[in-house]
Amino acid sequence: MIRYIVKRILLMIPVILGVTWLIFTIMYFTPGDPARMLLGSDATEEEIVAKQEALGLNDGYVVRFVRYVKQVFVDFDLGNSYVNNRNVGTEIAQRFPYTFRVAAISVVIAVLLGMPLGIMAAVNQYTWKDNFSMLLALVGISMPGFWVGLLLSLLFALTLGWLPASGVGGIAYYILPCLSIGVNGCASIARQTRSGMLEVIRQDYVVTARAKGQVERKVIYGHALRNALIPIITQIGTMFGIQLSGAMVAETIFSIPGIGTYMVSGIKSRDYPVVQGSVLYVAIAFSLIMLLVDLVYAFVDPRIRAQYQKKSKRKGGA
Amino acid sequence: MRGDLKSKGFKKESMLSTTFHRLRKNRMAVLGLIFIVAMGIIAISAPLIAPYGYEEQDLYNIFSKPSANHWFGTDSLGRDIFSRIIYGGRYSLQIGFGAVALACSIGVMMGSLAGFYGGKLDLILMRVLDVMQSIPGLLMSIAVSATLGSGIGNCIIALSVSTIPGYARMMRATMLNIRDMEYVEAARSVNAKDSRIIFRHMLPNALAPTIVQATMGIAQAILVAAMLSFIGLGVQPPTPEWGAMLSEGRNYIRDYPHLVLFPGLAIVLAVLSLNMLGDGLRDALDPRLKN
Repeated sequence: MIRYIVKRILLMIPVILGVTWLIFTIMYFTPGDPARMLLGSDATEEEIVAKQEALGLNDGYVVRFVRYVKQVFVDFDLGNSYVNNRNVGTEIAQRFPYTFRVAAISVVIAVLLGMPLGIMAAVNQYTWKDNFSMLLALVGISMPGFWVGLLLSLLFALTLGWLPASGVGGIAYYILPCLSIGVNGCASIARQTRSGMLEVIRQDYVVTARAKGQVERKVIYGHALRNALIPIITQIGTMFGIQLSGAMVAETIFSIPGIGTYMVSGIKSRDYPVVQGSVLYVAIAFSLIMLLVDLVYAFVDPRIRAQYQKKSKRKGGA
Repeated sequence: MRGDLKSKGFKKESMLSTTFHRLRKNRMAVLGLIFIVAMGIIAISAPLIAPYGYEEQDLYNIFSKPSANHWFGTDSLGRDIFSRIIYGGRYSLQIGFGAVALACSIGVMMGSLAGFYGGKLDLILMRVLDVMQSIPGLLMSIAVSATLGSGIGNCIIALSVSTIPGYARMMRATMLNIRDMEYVEAARSVNAKDSRIIFRHMLPNALAPTIVQATMGIAQAILVAAMLSFIGLGVQPPTPEWGAMLSEGRNYIRDYPHLVLFPGLAIVLAVLSLNMLGDGLRDALDPRLKN
C-alpha cells in the first residue's frame, strides 16, 4: 500500500513539470504587458523599460522558464505578485481555508441530497418517484451554477434578507455560495447513483440477499449500494478536486476571498507569478485528491484492497 | 448489433435507422430535439422574428418591466431583452456547436490513431493528455481564453482545448475494443490501407459513444461559454450573448430582476433540451442500460 502511494506521488512529478511548462507557455504568449499595466497610462517609456528589466520580462523564453523552474522546484518559492509584491505561496495558504470550506460544504450538500435522490429513483424505477427525481436532476444539471447563485441571492439575501449577500464570516455566509455550487453536483451525483444502482440491482447477489429474507433496507444499502459506490466516489472526488481549485464564479458573486477570485484577478492583470503559482497549486491539489479517491476505493471494495496486498506481497517476496 | 442478428436474412437495418427508431419512442428525447431545432431556426431567422433590433435603444423606456410591447422588458439602455435573447441564440448555439465540432474532430483523430497503432505513439499521446487533464477543464478554458482575448472564434478554441482529452480517451478505448474484431482482420486480409480501415471500417462502429458525449458536450459548452462571458472573458457586451447579458444585468438585479431571469432561462432551455436529447441517444444506442 505504502509502496503504491509513494509510486503514485513520484508519478505526479512529471505531470506537475508538464503543467508548469504548459501554463508558463500559455502566459508567455498572452498579449498584454504586465509592466505597462502596473504603471498605468501616465508612465514614461523609460519607466516601463526599467520595470520590464526589473521583472525580468526582457529575457528570452528559455531563460525565463529555467529561472522559474529553478525558483519553484529548487528554492520552493512561488515568487511575488507583480501587483502587490506579496508572496504567492503565503497568499494561497491564506486563501485556502475559505476555498476548502466552500468546497467541503458544497460537496456534503451534493452528496446528502444527491445520493438519496438517486437511490430512491433506482429502487422505484419507472414510477412517478423515479420520473420526478430524474426530471429534477436533469433540470439541475442544465442550470448554470452562477445563475442559480444570482437567483438565490436575490431571493434569500436581497428580498427576504434572511442570509448575507456577500463576504465571509459565520456559517450563514457559506449557505448561498455552497447551495449554488451544490445544485449541479447534487443533480449529477443523483444521476450517477441511479444508473450505478440500476446496473447492480438485478445482479444475482442482490436476488440472493432478498431470497434469504434480508431486510429490504440492508439489501439496498449493504448489498446493492456498496457495489455501485465506485463510480459515485469518483464523481464526488472529481467534484471536490474541481471545487478546491476555487469556485471562480461563486466566489466572485458572493465576494469570497478564495483561490478562485485570486486566480481570475491574476489572469486579468497579467500577474504571471500569481497565475502560475495558483495553477500549480490546483494541479497538485487535484492529483492528491485523485490519489485519495483511489485509496478510498480500496477501503470500500475488498477486491481492490486484495489487489494492493497481493502486489506488495509479491514484491516483498521477490 | 443484436437487432441485425435477429433480422438475419431480411433487409439489413443500419445502426443509424435502428437508433432513430428507438429514439422516436422516447418522448423526452423527441421533445429535446424539437426544442433545440426550433431554437436553431429562431436564431437563424432572428431578423424576421425579433420585434426590435438587438442594438436598438429606446432611452425613454429603460428598465421597463415585461409588457405587451416588450415581452421580457428592456435593459439599462432600453434595448428589448426578448429580441436580444433571440439574437443571442446565434452566438450561444454557434459557440456550443463550434466548440464541440472542433474538440470532437481533433479528439477523435488523436484517439483513433492512439488506439489503432498503439505502442510509442499511444504512449506519447496519452502522456500529453495526462498533462492537459491535470489542469481542471474550466481553468484551462479560462487561461486559454485570457490568452487569446475575446471573440467568438477564440471562445470556441478555449472551450474545445479543455474537452479534447475526453473525446480522445473515449475514442481510444472504443478503438482498442474493436481493433481485433473479425471485420477489421478481414479488411486487413484484403490489404486495405490503414486509413481505409480506420475511416471506413472502424470509425462508423466506434462513433456511438462519441455522439452521446458530443450532444452532452454542446450543452456543457453553452454553460461554460456563458460562464466565461460572465466573468469578463469570452464574448463581451454589447454582443447579446446570453452570459454577457447576465453579466450586464447582474448590477441591477436588486431592482430589475428580469434582466437576469430571462437570459438565464434561455440558457437553461437550450442546455436542458440538449441534455434530454443526449439521454435519449444514450438509451437508444445502448439499450442494455434500459433493462
